[in-house]
Amino acid sequence: MTSPVASIRDVAMRFGGILALDGVSFDIGPEQIVGLIGPNGAGKTTLFNCLSRLYTPTSGDILLHGRSLLGRPAYSIAALGIGRTFQNLALFPKLSVADNIKVGGHAEIAGDFISDALRLPRARAGARELDRRVGAIVDELELGALAQRLVGDLPFGTQKRVELARALATNPSLLLLDEPAAGLNHEEVDELGGVIRRIRDGRRISILLVEHHMGLVMSLSDHVVALNFGRKIAEGTPLKVQADEAVAAAYLGGTAQ
Amino acid sequence: MTIERTTALVFLICALAVPAMISGFVTFQLTMLLIYAIAIMGLNLLTGFNGQFSLGHSAFYAIGAYTAAILMDQFGIGYIWTLPAAGLVCFAVGFLFGFPALRLEGTYLALATFGLAVATPQILKLTPLEHWTGGVQGVFVMKPNAPFGLPLTSDQWLYYLTLAAFVLLYVLAKNLVTSRTGRALLAIRENPIAAQSMGINVSLYKTLTFGVSAAYTGIAGALGAIVIQFVAPDSFGFMLSVTFLVGVVVGGIAWLPGAIIGAAFILFVPNFAEDISKGLSGAVYGIIMILLIYVMPSGAGGIVSSALRVLRSR
Ligand SMILES: Nc1ncnc2c1ncn2[C@@H]1O[C@H](COP(=O)(O)OP(=O)(O)OP(=O)(O)O)[C@@H](O)[C@H]1O
Ligand SMILES: [Mg+2]
Repeated sequence: MTSPVASIRDVAMRFGGILALDGVSFDIGPEQIVGLIGPNGAGKTTLFNCLSRLYTPTSGDILLHGRSLLGRPAYSIAALGIGRTFQNLALFPKLSVADNIKVGGHAEIAGDFISDALRLPRARAGARELDRRVGAIVDELELGALAQRLVGDLPFGTQKRVELARALATNPSLLLLDEPAAGLNHEEVDELGGVIRRIRDGRRISILLVEHHMGLVMSLSDHVVALNFGRKIAEGTPLKVQADEAVAAAYLGGTAQ
Repeated sequence: MTIERTTALVFLICALAVPAMISGFVTFQLTMLLIYAIAIMGLNLLTGFNGQFSLGHSAFYAIGAYTAAILMDQFGIGYIWTLPAAGLVCFAVGFLFGFPALRLEGTYLALATFGLAVATPQILKLTPLEHWTGGVQGVFVMKPNAPFGLPLTSDQWLYYLTLAAFVLLYVLAKNLVTSRTGRALLAIRENPIAAQSMGINVSLYKTLTFGVSAAYTGIAGALGAIVIQFVAPDSFGFMLSVTFLVGVVVGGIAWLPGAIIGAAFILFVPNFAEDISKGLSGAVYGIIMILLIYVMPSGAGGIVSSALRVLRSR
């Protein structure tokens, strides 16, 4: 078997009296879409925040390409290859669509206060390179007509697309999507499925997908991990996890522990 | 040519031509306007663009002014060289102050910077420092004459010097805010956690911005010392910080050209209020400010950007 892109190893995360994650382990393989499911409060977003170093796990380890992330500061994670979206949108509302996406490319180009203030050749070369990359992503996600609009003025569904575009601009090898389908209508969900698959196939990257929309997760994922109360209760192919009794019980609100 | 460029060109031509047509006193006032505009621009980089609140910029203005005055008075350094020196000293002080400020949000940061503003004039009066600062008396400096036998009065020369500093600092700031760095500053203001996850070293950018902002305001302070030929601790009280903040808001948050409008406001409106009523000048100034914020809540910058949007959408 090829070595995994990311390994979550026995990760626990405690907030005061709440054990939001309780010894979770799984791997994300190359070019895999891994679905992460579980009822509200299961710990999915907490795991995302551990992966992007916004939280430091109480115990356990997280490896990216075999190297531990835990000694790394949160701002270095994008450059290491993890891009993400946020469950409740975390855009920059007073910036344009294009600028929001460009911020995603921050670590991809060089620059500093002095070369930017003096418009040194390296700053200008970086700006051109970023324009090119962002232009391609804008086309890919069909945001061209909106590029100069302020993000705060756009409808929710469009904002979600901008956030996805911004995550892509970090040029990730692992993309974390936290409920990308939430708040979208039926048609938009179908379209999103196609977009996610195209992203994986076109860039040959891995995706960790948190989603409550079961149709979407099950149709997209190569592998599914189910959490409940911070514990992994099932893992395997979509078919296997769908048939799992503990998973069914968790979603029915039963105590499957 | 864009509207922005045309306006900048017209501004520059007028600014170059105007001293020949006005009195020495008005020239001096316009010089002060440009000096305040530099200070406001510095504060806007920090507060407007980066979202870090400061009530402490009078302290950086004071440190810049004293750096210039002491270098000239005690070390006989040429006044031109005191400008970069004041910028560097204030950059260092601002950068260092930026570290504890990292732990503070919103109102707490306002309070900490308020402390800086209150402490600085007192520290400048301390007896052990009196040898350099002149204590309560302050420091007098010589008024420089125009160099190279230029046919300019001293006031005119200082005006052109200040104009050159303003234009240079404006261009640098403009480049900065329209670049990768500028986007990072705005992203931090809008959502620091998302900014961090997009690869921005939030702490570094915030402290560096504190330094750059302080440097701008410090250079303004140094120019002020040269132009007024005098520094004294009590001219740099907390009210000066508030005045700069008024300039930022009136000119427009995160809109650089607003610095000129904001500076004109803080320089001329108090006089205007005094003309209306000597006894109630404070009340008149206050009411003008309230009306202004009511009529244009996002400052002159807000009005200009809506006007531009209307023009462009036609
Ligand atoms: N910063 C925090 N401080 C305290 N408790 C937290 C924090 N973040 C998460 N929790 C708690 O951890 C548990 C897991 O929350 P998390 O947001 O990870 O769930 P989730 O699986 O993403 O749920 P949802 O499907 O509703 O988004 C919850 O009980 C939540 O209240
Ligand atoms: Mg969640």
